[in-house]
Amino acid sequence: MSAAAGATRGLTTAAALSAKDLHKKFGDVVALDGVSVEAEAGSCLALVGESGSGKTTLLRCFNRLVTPDRGEIRLGDTDVSSADPVRLRRHIGYVPQDGGLLPHWRVARNVELVLRLRGEPDALQRARRALTLVGLDADKFADRWPRELSGGQRQRVALARALAAEPTVLLLDEPFGALDAITRSELQDAFASLRDRLRMTCVLVTHDLHEAMLLATQIAVIRAGRVEQCASPNALASSPATPYVRMLLQRARIAEPAAT
Amino acid sequence: MMLAAGVLALVFARAQGGGDRPVVIASKPFAESYILAEMFAQLLEARGVRVDRRPGFGATELAFSALRSDAIDVYPEYTGTGLTAILHEKPAASAAAAFQRVSSEFRSRYGIRWLAPLGFENTYAIAVRRATSDSLGLRSLSELAKASSRLRAGLTPDFIGRPDGLPGIQAAYGIRLADVRALGPAVKYQALAAGQVDVIDGYSTDGLIARYDLVVLADDRHFFPPYQAAAVVSRRLATENPRAIAALGELSGRLDEPTMRALNKRVEVDGVPVAVVARDALRALSLIDVSTQAAGDEPTRGGLVSYLASQRATLARLTARHIELVVLSLLAAILIALPLGLLLERGAHRAEAVIRGVGVLQTLPGIALLAFMIPVLGIGVRPALVALVLYSLYPIVRNTFTGVRDADPAAVSAARALGMTDGQILREVRLPLAAPVIMAGIRTAAVIDVGTATLAAFIGAGGLGEPIVAGLALSDQRMVLSGAIPAALLALLVDGALALVERWTRPGGV
Repeated sequence: MSAAAGATRGLTTAAALSAKDLHKKFGDVVALDGVSVEAEAGSCLALVGESGSGKTTLLRCFNRLVTPDRGEIRLGDTDVSSADPVRLRRHIGYVPQDGGLLPHWRVARNVELVLRLRGEPDALQRARRALTLVGLDADKFADRWPRELSGGQRQRVALARALAAEPTVLLLDEPFGALDAITRSELQDAFASLRDRLRMTCVLVTHDLHEAMLLATQIAVIRAGRVEQCASPNALASSPATPYVRMLLQRARIAEPAAT
Repeated sequence: MMLAAGVLALVFARAQGGGDRPVVIASKPFAESYILAEMFAQLLEARGVRVDRRPGFGATELAFSALRSDAIDVYPEYTGTGLTAILHEKPAASAAAAFQRVSSEFRSRYGIRWLAPLGFENTYAIAVRRATSDSLGLRSLSELAKASSRLRAGLTPDFIGRPDGLPGIQAAYGIRLADVRALGPAVKYQALAAGQVDVIDGYSTDGLIARYDLVVLADDRHFFPPYQAAAVVSRRLATENPRAIAALGELSGRLDEPTMRALNKRVEVDGVPVAVVARDALRALSLIDVSTQAAGDEPTRGGLVSYLASQRATLARLTARHIELVVLSLLAAILIALPLGLLLERGAHRAEAVIRGVGVLQTLPGIALLAFMIPVLGIGVRPALVALVLYSLYPIVRNTFTGVRDADPAAVSAARALGMTDGQILREVRLPLAAPVIMAGIRTAAVIDVGTATLAAFIGAGGLGEPIVAGLALSDQRMVLSGAIPAALLALLVDGALALVERWTRPGGV
């Protein structure tokens, strides 16, 4: 399948994940205005844009937290609009900006959540492995309450929770946005190395072009519900397709002829 | 659901009477009414008729409504009250005309019978302190009219509104008082004695007139029609129990005004228990055997502690009833309000309107609510429970709705994104997170409930309200406290117990 995906460019069923011509209005507000993106298996697609650009709405279409008014979303061979949303979500990892840990559950119980929902065995062992994977000492953290964690630890737990059930697709909504600069860079490194090891397909929403450059294999710049440009980090930096993308690059102080 | 069914079954079982019902005797909440009702009861018992005492009904409307729906069988009433408060007619010209009118109208309209009057006439009495009377030379209402612009009055709300009350004497005598305040029957004598008001209304047979050494002003223009007291009897008793009717009839014409005033004085001034006064009165009239034993033959005025000790069996029974009322109504309120709050949270756009509607229930006056329910639910525990449930709903519905709606939005949204169903989110996330808020609502409802349950005394359901109502009516502070103190302790206890439950339901980590 990854061979097929590699062989064919464009919107085909070979992509691990694709959105085609999505439209969505909330009342009179247009959130998505004909968006198409896709990600190959094992790649990381960053959705970059300002607040209100529609990037989070687009992300939430992939696990049916939002149902588009028009358009098609596929995960592998599955048409998302015909899938049972609850079953679907249990097979897609999700990391929200604020962690979204359930405050009345200890860390281990939080991390076990999806495994338990899927009724899988050995939830605790696998939760502990996931904690180790994200760089937390399971012995030390498993029995803590979320409120006893720092912001960075909370995001690590949220990441462990998303990874514990070993999803093939991981959605991340500004996962490092609320962290201080040092913690953020630690988590970004941890995430990058995890992604290398686990070969998941990721969709990462961020307003930080630096972060996108660092973590993504493809970057889709979203503005007013449309895709301005979708390209690899290098291609984006070296040949911005629109004045808006150029402005974003300049504002982020990313030199136009980037490395390579 | 099992629990709900159990509670409902219990509520209904409590209210089911047996086939052979005793004669239910009620009174209104003032001393004379208590004494007459107790005399009815002892007389019937002496004639071998089983009785059920439900004294202290909160208002004329409650007692009348209960009588009309056969929930009670007999209570003492006054022709004037029947005429003006129930038939809404003008005061009659004479005592005989008043009795004639009520007895024919009540029978044709409601099937209720007025037995022949007890004998004494009772009417409104306008009273002042002896010092006021002496210094201003007040002996009659005509003389009061001249001095009235300097005097402040404390009058029962009833008297202020009735055409045969304040509006009537203003017109008849030209009385123009400097200030008129509405005072309850329980406080107006103290207010007069303490000099906070100068004029009050009372009844000509009140024992307290003697206790506070007051002067009753003569009705020199004969404005107040003299009204007679009589037993009013339900249609059911009148048709089914001629023996009881005959026994009650033995009291007709036997009580003159000096006798009634003396009986009132013994209760209101000397603090002799109602049961003893009633027994002595019936013996004096040779209506019962001298050897007949009555309950409650105890020392009269004494310390609060010795009074509480002497009443401990009664108080234990009343406290148990109070707890029963609070626990059952609170359980039923939780079983209704909790699902209602959750249901409303799902259809949030209509929720505010519904919750406000539930809140309006809270503002209904207790007596009005009870009067409304008597025709449907009768008297006793059942209507009391329904009223208490209605009063308890609001804080629980409101807190359930708000607590579940506002439960940690980030956690709820993450739970949904990771594949929890709506039901799982409700059970495992929102309800546990809302638990402290919901419990706070239940605690509020419970404490209010303990206080409100004193209302039950107004419709013969017992509880700690009974000594409070009776004590206020009989001017017996110890009796009031014997209900009020346990009620206050119960409120603290309930609040403390629920605080423990609240701590237990509070999820860890929050």
